[in-house]
Amino acid sequence: MSKPVLQVDGLSMDFGGIRAMCELDLEVHQGQIVALIGPNGAGKTTFFNCVTGIYNPTEGNVFLNPPDGSKAIRLNGLKPNLVTEKGMARTFQNIRLFQKMTVLENVMIGRHCRTSSYIFGAVFKTGATRREERETVEKSYRILQKVGLESAVNELAENLPYGAQRRLEIARALATEPFLLLLDEPAAGMNPQETQELDDLIKRIRDEGHSILLIEHDMKLVMSLSDKIYVVDYGRKIAEGTPQAVSSDPAVIKAYLGEDIDA
Amino acid sequence: MEYFIELFFSGLTRGSIYALIALGYTMVYGIIGLINFAHGEIYMIGAFTAFVVATVLSIYGFPLLSIVLLAGLAAAVWSASYGYTIEKIAYRPLRSAPRLSALISAIGMSIFLQNYVLLAQSSDFQPFPELIPDFHFMEPVAHIVGSSDLVILLTTALAMAALTVLIKFSRMGKAMRATAQDRTMAMLVGIDVNKVISMTFIIGSSLAAIGGMLIASHIGQINFFIGFIAGIKAFTAAVLGGIGSIPGAVLGGFVLGLTESFATGYVSSDYEDVFAFSLLVLILIFKPAGLLGREETQKV
Amino acid sequence: MFSLEQLKKSLLVSLWFAFLTFPLLVIKVDPIERTVQWRWENMALVAVGSFLISLLVRLFFIHQERRRERKTVENLVERMPLMQLVLSEPRYLYPLSGAVLLCSLIFPFLFSTYQTNIMITALMYVMLGLGLNIVVGLAGLLDLGYVAFYAVGAYSYALLNYHFDLGFWMALPIGALLAALFGVLLGFPVLRLRGDYLAIVTLGFGEIIRLILENWNDFSQGPSGISNIPRPGFFGIELSLEGAILYLYYIMIAMVVFTIFVVNRLQDSRIGRAWIALREDEIACQAMGIDKRKTKLTAFALGATWAGMVGVIFAAKTTFINPASFTFLESAIILCIVVLGGMGSIFGVIVGALILILLPEYLRALSDYRMLAFGAVLVTMMIFRPQGVMANIRRSYQFKSNSEGDGR
Repeated sequence: MSKPVLQVDGLSMDFGGIRAMCELDLEVHQGQIVALIGPNGAGKTTFFNCVTGIYNPTEGNVFLNPPDGSKAIRLNGLKPNLVTEKGMARTFQNIRLFQKMTVLENVMIGRHCRTSSYIFGAVFKTGATRREERETVEKSYRILQKVGLESAVNELAENLPYGAQRRLEIARALATEPFLLLLDEPAAGMNPQETQELDDLIKRIRDEGHSILLIEHDMKLVMSLSDKIYVVDYGRKIAEGTPQAVSSDPAVIKAYLGEDIDA
Repeated sequence: MEYFIELFFSGLTRGSIYALIALGYTMVYGIIGLINFAHGEIYMIGAFTAFVVATVLSIYGFPLLSIVLLAGLAAAVWSASYGYTIEKIAYRPLRSAPRLSALISAIGMSIFLQNYVLLAQSSDFQPFPELIPDFHFMEPVAHIVGSSDLVILLTTALAMAALTVLIKFSRMGKAMRATAQDRTMAMLVGIDVNKVISMTFIIGSSLAAIGGMLIASHIGQINFFIGFIAGIKAFTAAVLGGIGSIPGAVLGGFVLGLTESFATGYVSSDYEDVFAFSLLVLILIFKPAGLLGREETQKV
Repeated sequence: MFSLEQLKKSLLVSLWFAFLTFPLLVIKVDPIERTVQWRWENMALVAVGSFLISLLVRLFFIHQERRRERKTVENLVERMPLMQLVLSEPRYLYPLSGAVLLCSLIFPFLFSTYQTNIMITALMYVMLGLGLNIVVGLAGLLDLGYVAFYAVGAYSYALLNYHFDLGFWMALPIGALLAALFGVLLGFPVLRLRGDYLAIVTLGFGEIIRLILENWNDFSQGPSGISNIPRPGFFGIELSLEGAILYLYYIMIAMVVFTIFVVNRLQDSRIGRAWIALREDEIACQAMGIDKRKTKLTAFALGATWAGMVGVIFAAKTTFINPASFTFLESAIILCIVVLGGMGSIFGVIVGALILILLPEYLRALSDYRMLAFGAVLVTMMIFRPQGVMANIRRSYQFKSNSEGDGR
């Protein structure tokens, strides 16, 4: 089997005296949809933050193996913008859109690390810059069509309804041309119809060649999408496997539902 | 050696005043996360109020002790009122706005108050009456430590003690600590957060006013601009000690006062203000938590 | 219109302010003559004034409530105010701009030299405002030490002229470059800092530079400043005072047009978007691949460049500079312009600068209250209209139904 696009070995994260994450191992292979689930406070978002460069892990290693076969990249302590440049993008649990920018501009920001025009090009509107701008606009528009937001291009992000904002975050992350997409609770607050549309969207993204790691609480969505599930509780991995295996794992049931007093 | 002791006490005096003003900065920052830019002006208004009251009373022939007490009371009462009003008008409406909005509003308030006093009183330096007479028992050491220095040190020590008792043992103190830790939770357990915040401003302003009156009497003159420099230095002291920490403000005040005194005494007096500003810049860049503060990790 | 309850509350407010201002506004002592002056008329003024303002504020909030209620009843479509409509349509914008430009070109011939001189000052602040707008308005970095770059520009011209006989036109780009360099130097240490700490440190930097200029006599000639700075040369011809002012006016018009052109281009470019993303959400901005350090330093450097250029012009205009012209108050005034105009809005900043600089000039009688008004404007704007006079309109793109292409 080829190398996993994301390989996490023995990841631990300490905040002062608190060990928020303990020796976590995780793998995502090319073309997989992997889910990370667990009760609230289990350390899932902390994991995302460690992997994307917002925190520097106390122990362990995070490796990115680009699917095109180029050299593996060690992500420990790498700044968030470099992590994104290397091909891993994320969305946020509490939506972090650029509120006062339009929908299109939010996506265009995602193109920043794939383009290069700077001050001179901007001021003098050189041919190269104009071409790059046109390409950025076109690519961004196509991504918005993919998530179904093309009719709202000139709306300010803050004026969008909640479900649309979540989709915009995904579009923005896609614009950075990642081979691995990290989604932090993409279905939070969505109604069943929106969740079904999200299900289709994520499958389409996977079919286009992206790998996906998602944190999610909506079990129906997780079961429908995932090739593999990792379960964490109190910062530790307590189970991993296919959706069927995990859903019948007693440790997982105990973590979510608590122990039966009579058992 | 004598020079050293002289500088030492001079530094303690400075440090006391910085500490008194710094307490206001640190308490307000601890409770609403705002750098109260206008706090220096509260200090200045305290000094001016004391000046006006003391001069009027002395013209009408009141005895010195009553002048000191009444001027001090007036300074504290009016400064507290200004502090309360400023919070209500310029900061409370912005409590849920982005932090920078409140900071800009504070800057505006500072400029407004400076010019208000300038227009209401005068742009010239005003001579401040000497409120603390030279005590007889101080005569043998008068060339090293003045009576004024002594009074300032004692008053500061008393104020610190009173504040510590208030914060640690009184109901209001407990409410203040709770609000500083978690405002929403404090509201949910029934604390009147608005009242607590107003109280914080009132206490901080009163302390600054007393400091203003004492140092004005010590130096002998005031003008509308003293708040700016004193404010920045006191803020430096608060940050040095760890912003949000009350003992930190006191520690920072004395450290700054002493270092300034020795630096200007032994090195050069021209660059006195540069020293304070540079210290401020260096602390904020390299150790923003200060001496007694805790490093804040950002929650994402 | 007002209930008895509301009138009673406003009366209490006015009594409170009468009490508050009593010692400083009513009492005036003369310590030397040992006299006391009781200015009761001031108290009356304060009481009446605060009563009326309190009612006005109440009126404003009632009006706001009614507007909010109407919004939920009707649909949420907001109609753009007229100004924004005009500015976003090129077919209105271009002729309007042309007309304004034409008026400004013939201005000196309709008004006196004195008026022209005032206009030069206003235009200088327009440029300063547009420069600070890059740092504060677009990138969201609250720089309270902007005056430092202004001083760098002014002193670089003054000193280069004093030591090396450098002329105005040579000094202009050098001043700009030096200011940009300082922008990077001062920006470097503050890269990690949060909003309010960033503000205080930049304030500290501004003051440190001023204090150094004031005390390092060997370098800057200290508080006495540098004089006899030559005005810009017109192909070597000596100009009379009126001629020099006229010349400087047209130079300023050209500089302002240039500034507007550049800032406009930057705003809608890749770097402009990066600045706004940085302002909106620094963490998300980094997560989307933007190098926040490079973006911040670029903002500081580019913002500083304009201040440097205006500094050179300032030195040439007044022919004498000293550290007293570069206090924190200057930074505060320029900040006030950006805040009043609307963070990020070019047109707003221009309007803000013209209002804040020209109004006090024309209301000479009230000039004593100028700084008081500035302070009040800052507070009022933040509470009632933090987005400023003009909110920044983002560029809109047109797409044809099935294929794509960008509009405008």
